Amino acid sequence: MAAPDMNTPVLECNNVSISYYTRAGEIPAVVDFNLKVMPGEAVGIVGESGCGKSTVALAIMQYMGKNGDIVGGEIKFMGRDMRTMSEEELRDIRGSRISMVYQEPMASLNPSMLIREQLNEVLIYHEGISDEEASKRSIEMLDAVRLPDPERLMDSFPHQISGGQQQRVVIAMALLSKPQLLLLDEPTTALDVTVEAGVVELIKDISKRFGTSMIYISHNLGLILETCDKIAVMYSGEAVEFGTVNQVFDEMRHPYTRGLFNSIPLPGADRYSRPLVPIRGQLPLPHERPTGCNFGPRCDHFKDGVCNVKPLSMQDVTAHRGHQVRCERYLNIDWEAARPKAETATAANFGKTVLQVKNMQKYYEVHDRSLKALISGKASKFVKANEKLDFEAREAETVAIVGESGCGKSTFAKVMLGLETATGGEVILNGQEIGQISVHKRTPQMVGSMQMIFQNPFETLNPSHTVGSQISRVLRMFGVAKTKEEALEKTYNLLDMVKLPRDFAQRRPRQLSGGQKQRVGIARAFAGEAQVVVADEPVSALDVSVQAAVTGLLTDIQRERRTTMLFISHDLSVVRYLADRVVVMYLGQIMEQGNTDDIYSPPYHPYTEALLSAVPIADTSITKKHIVLEGELPSPMNPPSGCPFQTRCPRKIGSICETDLPDVKDLGNGHKIMCHLSEEDLRAMEPVIAMPSDKKKKSAASKSPGRTKAALAAASIATVPGTAAKAKPVAKKPAAKKPAAKKAAAKKPAAKKPAARKTGPERLKKARGKADDLKLISGVGPKLEQTLNKLGFWHFDQIGSWKKADIAIVDDELSFKGRIERDDWVKQARALARK
Amino acid sequence: MLQLAGKRLVQMALIMLTVSLLLFLAFEADKYSLAGKVLGQYSTEDQRLLWLEQNGYNAPFVQRYFTWVFNAARGDFGESVQFATPVSKLLKDHLLNTAVLGGLVFTITVSIALVLGVLSGIAEGSPRDRGITVLAVITTSIPEFASATILVAIFVFWLDILPGTSPFSNGLTWADANQLVLPVMVLVIYNFGYYTRMTRASMAEVMTSQYVRTAILKGLPYKRVILRHGLRNALIAPFTVMILQLNYLLSGVIVTEVFFSYKGFGKLLYEAALFGDIFVIEACAMVAVFIAVFSQFVSDIGYTLLNPRIRFS
Amino acid sequence: MTDTTAEQTDTPDTATGFARFLAAFGLLRESWVGMIGLFLVSFWVLIAIFVDLLPLQDPLAQTRGAINLAMLTEDKTGVMHWMGTDDRGRDLLARLLHGSRVVLFWSTLATIVAYSVGMIMGVTAGYRGGWWDEIISFIGNVLLSFPQIVLLLVILTAFGPNSNIGVWMNTELGMDKSIVSGALIIVAITFSTAPQVARIVRGIVLDLKTRDYIAAAEVRGEGPLWIMLVELLPNARGPLIVDACLRLGYVIITIALLGFLSLGLPPPDPDWGKMISDGRQWGYNGLNMMLWPAIAISSLVLGLNLLADGLREISLRD
Repeated sequence: MAAPDMNTPVLECNNVSISYYTRAGEIPAVVDFNLKVMPGEAVGIVGESGCGKSTVALAIMQYMGKNGDIVGGEIKFMGRDMRTMSEEELRDIRGSRISMVYQEPMASLNPSMLIREQLNEVLIYHEGISDEEASKRSIEMLDAVRLPDPERLMDSFPHQISGGQQQRVVIAMALLSKPQLLLLDEPTTALDVTVEAGVVELIKDISKRFGTSMIYISHNLGLILETCDKIAVMYSGEAVEFGTVNQVFDEMRHPYTRGLFNSIPLPGADRYSRPLVPIRGQLPLPHERPTGCNFGPRCDHFKDGVCNVKPLSMQDVTAHRGHQVRCERYLNIDWEAARPKAETATAANFGKTVLQVKNMQKYYEVHDRSLKALISGKASKFVKANEKLDFEAREAETVAIVGESGCGKSTFAKVMLGLETATGGEVILNGQEIGQISVHKRTPQMVGSMQMIFQNPFETLNPSHTVGSQISRVLRMFGVAKTKEEALEKTYNLLDMVKLPRDFAQRRPRQLSGGQKQRVGIARAFAGEAQVVVADEPVSALDVSVQAAVTGLLTDIQRERRTTMLFISHDLSVVRYLADRVVVMYLGQIMEQGNTDDIYSPPYHPYTEALLSAVPIADTSITKKHIVLEGELPSPMNPPSGCPFQTRCPRKIGSICETDLPDVKDLGNGHKIMCHLSEEDLRAMEPVIAMPSDKKKKSAASKSPGRTKAALAAASIATVPGTAAKAKPVAKKPAAKKPAAKKAAAKKPAAKKPAARKTGPERLKKARGKADDLKLISGVGPKLEQTLNKLGFWHFDQIGSWKKADIAIVDDELSFKGRIERDDWVKQARALARK
Repeated sequence: MLQLAGKRLVQMALIMLTVSLLLFLAFEADKYSLAGKVLGQYSTEDQRLLWLEQNGYNAPFVQRYFTWVFNAARGDFGESVQFATPVSKLLKDHLLNTAVLGGLVFTITVSIALVLGVLSGIAEGSPRDRGITVLAVITTSIPEFASATILVAIFVFWLDILPGTSPFSNGLTWADANQLVLPVMVLVIYNFGYYTRMTRASMAEVMTSQYVRTAILKGLPYKRVILRHGLRNALIAPFTVMILQLNYLLSGVIVTEVFFSYKGFGKLLYEAALFGDIFVIEACAMVAVFIAVFSQFVSDIGYTLLNPRIRFS
Repeated sequence: MTDTTAEQTDTPDTATGFARFLAAFGLLRESWVGMIGLFLVSFWVLIAIFVDLLPLQDPLAQTRGAINLAMLTEDKTGVMHWMGTDDRGRDLLARLLHGSRVVLFWSTLATIVAYSVGMIMGVTAGYRGGWWDEIISFIGNVLLSFPQIVLLLVILTAFGPNSNIGVWMNTELGMDKSIVSGALIIVAITFSTAPQVARIVRGIVLDLKTRDYIAAAEVRGEGPLWIMLVELLPNARGPLIVDACLRLGYVIITIALLGFLSLGLPPPDPDWGKMISDGRQWGYNGLNMMLWPAIAISSLVLGLNLLADGLREISLRD
């Protein structure tokens, strides 16, 4: 084949249509798909499950399986239509000029072959070189994907290395014979967040170092932003929008794209200031797609007679070079005015402490049955799944428990719910110790007051029973309903509550979509008047647009019923969005806990810092620090000595980290960090996520219709000069200390505005003694409280003395204009001050 | 590895001990009835008591049991009532005959099954696959004594080219090799179907696995994909199952031996059971269980050796 | 693309259990293999039920001078023997068809008993785990380490109708001899089959019990009995129905085999296995006696196996 020419596209898909043949007949999976990938370019394909994005990848590889077929269009690789190639020619191209990286690294490597053999065979069959030479090249490549000790790795079996390493091996395998095109199908979905960050870092590097073009398929907009130059958004088998990353992220022109952005939480947004806006309705089944625009039935801008007449084609967006959109009405939509109306809500005021976890420990005894262990007498050892957990949760509060796999969050949930009993310490629910009482010994009231929402929608309901019978069983179990009729009535009420039609009671779970099942799961958890609900990653298995709806529903119900929620998650964006307090766990221990805003702004625990930097953010205006953790997650069976995080910590200060478990430092306001770093060093940290400076912020806000200014103005996010280039990795060196003056400014933004102080209401630099809990005012959340404190308001009587003019001034500074009833605040504050 | 072998051996011994205890309980717990069986139903009460006294049956049960186990472990199972020869000698002759039959059957069955199973598994859903699958279902539905009947009708009475029984009156000689054809055929027909379906299922599963997709999309030749990536993993499961199935093969062998009057282990056991030759039954059962348990051991070890995921963990 | 099927929400499912059972057979129409199986099985089941209504000879009546008649021959009294007669001059067709009732009755009963025991063993071992699992698994391993026929031979010779226990059941409990040997056969088959069923059920339960809905049941404080019966077993029914079909076929073979080895039900009730072994003594003259039952057993078992195959096929499709 001809040498790569910089002007011919590496890949060109023209009007490609792909169908599957099933018993029901032909089902079009992808229709009229166009894509052009130039040399060295990285193109992202984003969409929810079932949109056809993986089908496109397999079609490019010409691997459609038994019942799939490309029914129209052409797929040109380096100018030649692949559909006309013989099996022999395809084999030549596959693995050498186009190669692919898959979602599940473990499954895509052959379990019974050495990595050496699996790598070498690519070169042996494509380039005909000797085994020794192939080994040499393979080792070089393993080194290039930053795998430690490549020689040893070559002689390992896939199961002997970790998931992150496996994925690097797959990437190395794909790059071995220097392909022109690399297809990546959700390459990091199966990995933990901090491991994912490393692999993403590597992928970003590929096109730079090897000149490889890439197609990156993902459901995660943030990942696409980090890795790609261009992006195609797919919906229901069609590309609906295509353009450069900046065009699509900042000036999206398709209502679906905008819907997607509105349903993912962005930094600086919480559920009070900017609730997520879900896309209503459901993805149509492939054989039930509407005429005209597939998105029509779910679109706010749908117009009868325009959108549902004929199949739509992609059209160029005027004034945007290379930006295409599949929408008839994109010119007629007033993007500024049509800002989605989301119901904003006020923060709940938290009541009494409902749940106290004191020094809770859970050890598992693991029997080592090896002969050696039996002889040496160390036949059993303890795995510390939870070590000294210590925190509280109040009524109506959402406490998030964050951590990666093996951090002990699931064990903790089991102890809470009585599936396991604690080894030590206490778990106190409403003044009653429950950590030692297994679920069978709990009273129905106790059981009912502590319930759980599960992660996997496909497993949460028993497929053999109807939805109604499963809910009413719960009602009967908890003694909420005594008779059959009562149970039925309450079941209907619960279905109403989760916004499902009542006739769903007669349905079986397999007839429900993932989101609907999760709603039933929520109904079931709240059936017994639960006081504490443990939600174990309740939305992580759902598509983003569904996630938003379920999250919204969950928080609404929780707020309404004033339930305490323990929200277990690995997704820091979701946590930031809905949690009031956050507990960060690593290998069974709490590394940091505090109010959400304190967690997401410095000082950080080094692990939290790394986690935050690992979260992909779908916002072009945001810069963040890149911290890539070295090494792998240690096994909980064999935790490191000293601080559990010391093996990977970029801020490790010395041998003390390896020998001593750090003390917990209380930084005030319930913010606790377990680290050897001095308080001073901790406070000197820079924020990981940086919003652009004010000037840039405004233009960004006006450009991106999906975002509200309020969100950007969230007080906790420090402003740094917005630079086009992303901050350099600082993983290795300790954070540079900022000048003292700057530090002071960052700490007290109120000092920036001396003018306001003269005319405004009375303010105090410091609380007079102990500050009042401003959160008791309905409408003030932890974040607002902090903002108010920063503005110099610490006490109820200060707020109680506000005049109308004062309120206007304060509102100005709060940047929460017009949404919260300040008069009400003042009234409440006065009442509270009198107490 | 050694550790696993050791563990399995201990388990094996435990099972053998339990089985021996069960057998002993079933046949020798009631010593008076035992004496009646050994001496025949016309023996007098005095003769029986005398026999019990002479053969140490008046010792406590536990002692009797351990003596028996100890002797059994040395290969001494007592004397056959029916043939008045030591049981061990009877066993040796008959076991050898059975080993010849079983070995032949196993080799042929496995060869056919592997070929058909792989052919059918790599083309799941094709006419070839369906044909092989249906054939396998049909043959596994015909029990040995039924297929033996039908084959005898065809090859003995109709075509008259094979002998209808396999007594090997002159010992196992080449001259009489045609006596083996029908028993082997019967057993192969009944057993190959199951093995074939096992292999097919395993192969089909491997062919839809992601690593085979990876291998194809790496641009490897089809032959390499099948032989190196597919077969190796696909054969792990059938291998272990085939060895485990020795147990079932042994069952079939017993029936076939009875049908064709083949002087093997199965016929010995069957006739002992009809006659009430207790010591022969005990010995045969112990040997059969030993074969079964030992094959399980081999299969476990083999599985570990074939599967690197278990070998290195 | 597979996950879109889960989004299907449009078919309301209000059917009762029985209707859904029928619907499953409706689905079976799409599998011709399953349909052939269903036909063969229903044929024998219908015969077994209505055999008394058929215009047949008395299966026990011996006709003098009509021994080992070939098929389609009339005896001296002018009675047509479609399949010929056996070595005692009994009509083979009548014996064969009446035999289906004997075979199906005992094999179904034995399978139900063995399956119940096996399910209890498997479900408790799988769900409870720990030492109970180890005990059950050990018992299973011990029983499965016997080749099936060896186990049957041992049980039936040690406890058969002529043993102390057999005699005691006969005289003290007043059980009929055929009932005694039937009961013993059921016990023997349970010993050899239940561990296999237990192993399968245990495997399924181990898989199912990690599902969130089991955790949900535990979290709301359900007892182990409820979880096993209501939450676990209904979800195991798919593979178990398929397995039960295969298992029934295997039990039919086993019972016929015992008859063939003269360890089965006592004469004179017609038993297919016994008919084959009776015919074997007559060499060529007994061929007629052997062939018909051989074909009958094979067709019934084949029907069950094909039915199982069809059911598995449609269950995988769903």
